[in-house]
Amino acid sequence: MLSSELQTKSLELTHLDRLEAESIHIMREVMADAAKPVMLYSVGKDSAVMLHLARKAFYPSPPPFPLLHVDTTWKFQAMYELRDRMARESGMELIVYQNPEAKERGINPFDHGPLHTDMWKTEGLKQALDLHGFDVAFGGARRDEEKSRAKERIFSFRTASHGWDPKKQRPELWNLYNARKAKGESIRVFPISNWTELDIWQYIARENIPIVPLYFAAPRPTVERDGLLLMVDDDRFPLLPGETPVERSVRFRTLGCYPLTGAVESEASTLSEVIQEMLLTTTSERQGRIIDKDGGDASMEKKKQEGYF
Amino acid sequence: MTDPVYVTDALIAEDIDAYLEQHQQKSLLRFITCGSVDDGKSTLIGRLLYDSKMIFEDQLAALEADSKRVGTQGQEIDFALLVDGLAAEREQGITIDVAYRFFTTEKRKFIVADTPGHEQYTRNMVTGASTADLAVILIDARKGVLTQTRRHSFLAHLIGIKHIVLAVNKMDLVDYDKTIFDRITLAYRAFASEIGITNFTAIPISGFKGDNITALSDNTPWFKGPALIEHLENVEIGAAADEAKPFRLPVQWVNRPNLDFRGFSGQLASGTVKPGDAVRILPSGKTTTIERIVTLDGDLEEAVAGQSVTLTLADEVDCSRGDVIAAADAPPEAADQFEATLVWMADEAMIAGRAYWLKLATQSVSATIQPPKYEINVNTLDHLAAKTLELNGIGVVELSTDKPITFEAYGDNRTLGGFILIDKLTNATVAAGMLHFSLRRAQNVHWQATDISRDMRASLKNQRPALLWFTGLSGSGKSTIANLVEKKLHRMNRHSFLLDGDNVRHGLNRDLGFTEADRIENIRRVGEVAKLMSDAGLIVITAFISPFRVEREMVRSMLPEGEFIEVFIDTPLAEAERRDVKGLYKKARAGQLKNFTGIDSPYEAPESPEIRIDTTAMTPEEAADLIIDRLLG
Repeated sequence: MLSSELQTKSLELTHLDRLEAESIHIMREVMADAAKPVMLYSVGKDSAVMLHLARKAFYPSPPPFPLLHVDTTWKFQAMYELRDRMARESGMELIVYQNPEAKERGINPFDHGPLHTDMWKTEGLKQALDLHGFDVAFGGARRDEEKSRAKERIFSFRTASHGWDPKKQRPELWNLYNARKAKGESIRVFPISNWTELDIWQYIARENIPIVPLYFAAPRPTVERDGLLLMVDDDRFPLLPGETPVERSVRFRTLGCYPLTGAVESEASTLSEVIQEMLLTTTSERQGRIIDKDGGDASMEKKKQEGYF
Repeated sequence: MTDPVYVTDALIAEDIDAYLEQHQQKSLLRFITCGSVDDGKSTLIGRLLYDSKMIFEDQLAALEADSKRVGTQGQEIDFALLVDGLAAEREQGITIDVAYRFFTTEKRKFIVADTPGHEQYTRNMVTGASTADLAVILIDARKGVLTQTRRHSFLAHLIGIKHIVLAVNKMDLVDYDKTIFDRITLAYRAFASEIGITNFTAIPISGFKGDNITALSDNTPWFKGPALIEHLENVEIGAAADEAKPFRLPVQWVNRPNLDFRGFSGQLASGTVKPGDAVRILPSGKTTTIERIVTLDGDLEEAVAGQSVTLTLADEVDCSRGDVIAAADAPPEAADQFEATLVWMADEAMIAGRAYWLKLATQSVSATIQPPKYEINVNTLDHLAAKTLELNGIGVVELSTDKPITFEAYGDNRTLGGFILIDKLTNATVAAGMLHFSLRRAQNVHWQATDISRDMRASLKNQRPALLWFTGLSGSGKSTIANLVEKKLHRMNRHSFLLDGDNVRHGLNRDLGFTEADRIENIRRVGEVAKLMSDAGLIVITAFISPFRVEREMVRSMLPEGEFIEVFIDTPLAEAERRDVKGLYKKARAGQLKNFTGIDSPYEAPESPEIRIDTTAMTPEEAADLIIDRLLG
């Protein structure tokens, strides 16, 4: 390497530098004890950052584990496109899992409500982990997302039946992670636990990380339903009597199954504008997600105990 | 809400790129808040989040509704509800675990560990404090310095937090009285200097009303500052101090994408490193120089403490996970016996003599602990005599590891001095520890290399050494079968030695009783003796109840792979009790014998012994033949 190509780094580490170093340390630490790790890849912006960090952690090797997408068949088309592209670029194996029972029974968000998330995501994830015998799964959850996540460990221990017991968490001291486990037990590892939504966006900007274009505003066909703006992403969207898709300039702050993910009206079509809007906005990120509201106050905590990521 | 410390909406609206540029340069401060149950900790954190606009309208609406329903502040907003996360504690009204919160100002991003003030949860506070640069100790102005205040301050100091903020809260409830604030500050200073806290910053606040949080309050004209946020934004983090120390990088992972590249990945624990720097690999002591600092963004000219990098070395030296790459002229020590402070974190008490996994930086070794030299009463700071440490107990112990580890005193280097202990059976994290220093006997007693090797001794005897470890209940038939095995081996001209449990207790182990700790020490000594004998080339046979799986595994790990042969003499309790050859079961049932295995002390059967003998299905002769077949076959 020529000296002119060497990078100069200022001595004072910024908050993004420290978060990056911590996440990389966590990922490398997993490799010490894991028999068969996997990275859960949901194609959202948090997954994009996590994948980027994994590439940094193991460079020049490719990340030494596959990507797992637990698919519901109801994601936005643009998500499937980016997913396949990123798998190619990272040189990692991509495993797509769809719960065969949900597929057979035609489980969908329009007719089946909470059962949709339960069967495709919660059950699908457990099945995929069991099928491949993965003992450690990286997830892109952040502690600032939701109250019960604020208390979850970075290395979060799961019983053989994938249950989470918030009272039995291992204390996590310094940067020492205890990744020992018995046969059949598994660990979910959250390397970006300490990142906030703003950190994620700033890092995407700093590192030029590719994200799904749906995060940027564009004219899209939408209908308004139950206070949410839903995008008609394909012809499986059953329109109610009197409903016609209206073209609105919208973007998404979080991405999931398109019939469950509310858009916000916006003109923010660049990364800076998106961050600007986020900083000036007055509603929280998960508000566009229907899933948190099933079962009232403690719904995410309940889902986690059942095995949802 | 228009305080200048917080997000300047104008700049965001007018020039987002300038704003982002400015915010990329922010530093990070991690702190903990500690206080007693009603000191208003959650309220303070809720207030910090609220004032820094980390609360959105939908959350605020939910908060207002919750406040009316279950809040403790009447019709006003109860900020505590924002941060009390788990359903169980929302009902109990107390925080029961460590939660992490995030907020940001113009100058810094903050990560707050919200740690509980409840008596039973010292463990959680130590956990939260372990990653903190600063501690905010809350005091209720109406109550003053309490026992809990002392405990929290002691723990913060113990874990090495250099910056202490004394936040005298609920000043609104004492009419912002200066004399009350002064009296509390004075009382705290007296106590703090006793435990070695030389410096702290006292601030009168009201988390509920917002006084002296983001800006100085008109209610306390006598207080000249700084306000809490101002202090948090300006306090020196100590990154420069870490960089000034000698270079250390614990190796996490060896990066080998192909035959041409071999890199060592890890996070710098201290110091700085440049290509061309002379380094020493520990524990081997080999020296070489740094060739490149490799990252996805290109090679670096320099890396500093806290960065995660991959290093390549100029020479092909052995280096793997657990090794430490360090400045060649200032390497850390290696030792296998230490004095340390332990904070016990498990429901099951510490067992002296039992082997635990010890994880320090990227090193994992087996460690045994001596009974505590003393336990520290965290309320009075008195040193108490103790035989063990219970949940939340803090004590000073001596410990030894099965091989040397590379370390530094915790006070000099948190990464190379802080460790956790892990239970070998349950895999639970049972303790956190801080190394003080290595014990001289480890430093000065070196392993003496001898010319005749164990292989040479064994080949002279024309046999392969082994340890046949019999385990089973009292009266299961261990001694009978072991004796037969040795007789048969003797007839076959094999050199053997039978170590019998009862016999050893007449000599080598005559000082030991039958408590759990003594039984463990009994097995440890027998293991060491058996190891020496197998080094001498003998086939060693032992017959001990050895009820605990962990101790049998400890002996297994002392011998070369394949030489430890676990022989499970499987006799059901009812059958052993029926035989009762020595009349011991009868005594135990009558309560005359304490800690008798199978009666009031557990027997942990082997999960996958090399040999299992079902004494209800074969005679002792048949059993002995089977064992010899397996040994020599």
